[in-house]
Amino acid sequence: MHSGPLNWLLQIASITRFGLLSIPQRRGSVAATIFGIAGVVLVLVGVLSIAAGFQRAMVASGAPDSAVVLRSGADSEMVSGFGRAETRLIADAPGIARQAQGALASAELFVIINLPKRATGTDANVPLRGVESAALAVRDNLKIVAGRMFEWGRNEVIVGVGAAREFAGLEVGGTIKVGRDTWPVVGVFSASGGVAESEVWTDATVLQGAYNRGDSFQSVYARLVSPGAFREFKDALTANPQLNVKVMRQSEFYSEQSEMITRLITTLGVLIAGLMAVGAVFGALNTMYSAVASRTREIATLRALGFGRGAVVVALMLEAMLLALLGGSAGGVLAFVAFNNFHAATINWQSFSQVAFAFAVTPPLLVQGVIWAMAIGLIGGLLPALRAARLPIAAALREL
Amino acid sequence: MKFLHLIWGNLKRKKLRTSLTLLSILVAFVLFGVLCAIKHALIGGVELAGADRLVVRHKVSIIQLLPESYKARMARIPGVSLAVHQTWFGGIYQDPKNFFMQCPVEPEDFLKMFPEFRLPPEQLKAWLATRTGAIAGRNTVDRFGWKIGDKIPIMSPIWLQRTWEFDLVGIFEGRDKGTDTTPLFFRYDYFDEVRKTQNWGTGLVGWYTIRVEDPARAAEVARLIDQEFENSPAETKTEPEGAFVQAFANQIGDIALIVAGILGAVFFTILLVTGSTMSQAVRERIGELGVLKAIGFTNGQVLGLVLAESCLLALLGGGLGLGLAALFISRGDPTGGLLPLFHFPASDLLIGAGIAVVLGVLTGVFPALQATRLRVADALRRM
Repeated sequence: MHSGPLNWLLQIASITRFGLLSIPQRRGSVAATIFGIAGVVLVLVGVLSIAAGFQRAMVASGAPDSAVVLRSGADSEMVSGFGRAETRLIADAPGIARQAQGALASAELFVIINLPKRATGTDANVPLRGVESAALAVRDNLKIVAGRMFEWGRNEVIVGVGAAREFAGLEVGGTIKVGRDTWPVVGVFSASGGVAESEVWTDATVLQGAYNRGDSFQSVYARLVSPGAFREFKDALTANPQLNVKVMRQSEFYSEQSEMITRLITTLGVLIAGLMAVGAVFGALNTMYSAVASRTREIATLRALGFGRGAVVVALMLEAMLLALLGGSAGGVLAFVAFNNFHAATINWQSFSQVAFAFAVTPPLLVQGVIWAMAIGLIGGLLPALRAARLPIAAALREL
Repeated sequence: MKFLHLIWGNLKRKKLRTSLTLLSILVAFVLFGVLCAIKHALIGGVELAGADRLVVRHKVSIIQLLPESYKARMARIPGVSLAVHQTWFGGIYQDPKNFFMQCPVEPEDFLKMFPEFRLPPEQLKAWLATRTGAIAGRNTVDRFGWKIGDKIPIMSPIWLQRTWEFDLVGIFEGRDKGTDTTPLFFRYDYFDEVRKTQNWGTGLVGWYTIRVEDPARAAEVARLIDQEFENSPAETKTEPEGAFVQAFANQIGDIALIVAGILGAVFFTILLVTGSTMSQAVRERIGELGVLKAIGFTNGQVLGLVLAESCLLALLGGGLGLGLAALFISRGDPTGGLLPLFHFPASDLLIGAGIAVVLGVLTGVFPALQATRLRVADALRRM
């Protein structure tokens, strides 16, 4: 026999080949292991894809050159408030992009109305936003996909595609009840998957009237001349003694808004997947121990022929990792098929209103899933491999 | 019983396999327990809702406020025995992450309406004597290490954007295991007095809870209440407390359902995988079972022996798993305040035990039946 690293690699290769060829004889326990690991990855990726989808909706909402202004101390639009004079001051601040019609700043009103969810028929908190004419230019990804834009000054609304999908009565030709009035839905809009798609929009002045809000607003959304202009815009507003505001990039604002629900889902997802992983490790251990037990003689023969302990350990580990990889990939593919782009709506605690979004099985999630699978394979393979390497050769050869 | 050592001997024969199987079962049942707790945390509340209580809110949405003057008008409606109001305070204690609910209430009526909050009488007396007094639930008190006499500063972005300071005069316990003891309640008269000085939001409250004299007439009373306020600037929507809580739980929506779905499927997958290992272990020994029959064991005895073994394993794993789950759950909400009702209901504990028995029987019964059907001679040849 040759010696040196090449020989060692050859040894590993031949033991691994033996191991893989004997899989059909223990297909029950091998299948159980792959199944178990696939389950772990499926659950991990599945649950985390909810959080990822939610975050994606939030991130899609904020362009880098757009900002949100709330009252200082407010953690959501619900608890913020401005008078007309303040919103004018904000719109006049340096750094805001301007067009012929004026500054690209939209002072907005944010309230909630109850509408039945299509899935359950029970009432849900649907966000109703009053906007100014600059709103569409502030969010440049906004498109009317059915019907038309509402007319300014009239009791009409347009609804996001997410809202239209989740809540009863929100289609072109439908109506919503605001107080004692009934307002028609005249259009449906998309916002490249962003949060706005969960909202119902109308003219801010019309909404002020319906809700007896006088001439007050809750937030100002602004488009800046460039992402770099944010600093200047923020400094100007915070330095203004007539204002008491909190200025954020939209992306910052939305990631803050999604923090609570992301934390909830991630904690639960990792907790549960962790528990399952422990179960899967036991499953893998069982499989690999039985693999070792059924091949005691064969391994002893190889060792008697001069195969090294190291080669035996590495080969058995390889086998375990291979099974894990198989299970992990299967779980990832299943998760992708079952959950990617699955539409759902949930309540966002921070804004106390519904957000419609799609689950997102992202590449980093899949990688994470496979890493978990490999870790399970590593732990599940190591102990049985060590045992196999430590078998006393003479005794093992005698075993039947 | 005299075969106990035989069963035990069989389990001990392959210690490693037995312990790995046991551990897998254990993990599956820990998972089951945690799942039940999560499910309850998400949709709990519903079964705790009082059958004789109605919730009245603004028709457009719960964030719209109702006049405090409605209380007297509601109390006059036939069939209503008590009306109390609460208002969402939305305050922040130190950090937004330290979330718990706070509400201004009228102490005596409030505690009459919600007997599930248990406050010692002398603490109620202290509360009535302290205008700035507040009571907090056991869960939150323990979480922040508060004690009676502490001053609790809470910043409310909704109400006057200022920091309100309350004196902790009482700590309430929950009557049932599932009672939410995270909220803090303080006095409405103090709340309204401060609002008056700023002339903002005076005389407005969030929502009402009504007690009806006869739960059978709840629907009728709900209609009477909504009629009373029809065509007023603040119309109402009245529904049973259970329906209100259910609608709120539904807002979390499909997510809870999906999570429960995935995890339920996974629980049964683990059981299936484990079950197949256990069945395999019995099948390997069919020859020995033949020997037992040859020396005079009846079919029934062989069946009993195998079943006892698989059931012992399942119950041991299941029991330990459920115990560990209960231990973990008793440490409380793992997310830090997002799931206030995190507990393990006794009914789910029973279901878990039931599943353990079913697992034991199912994994044992098929190979055991196979063994009993076998002729002794054939079985012996398998040795």
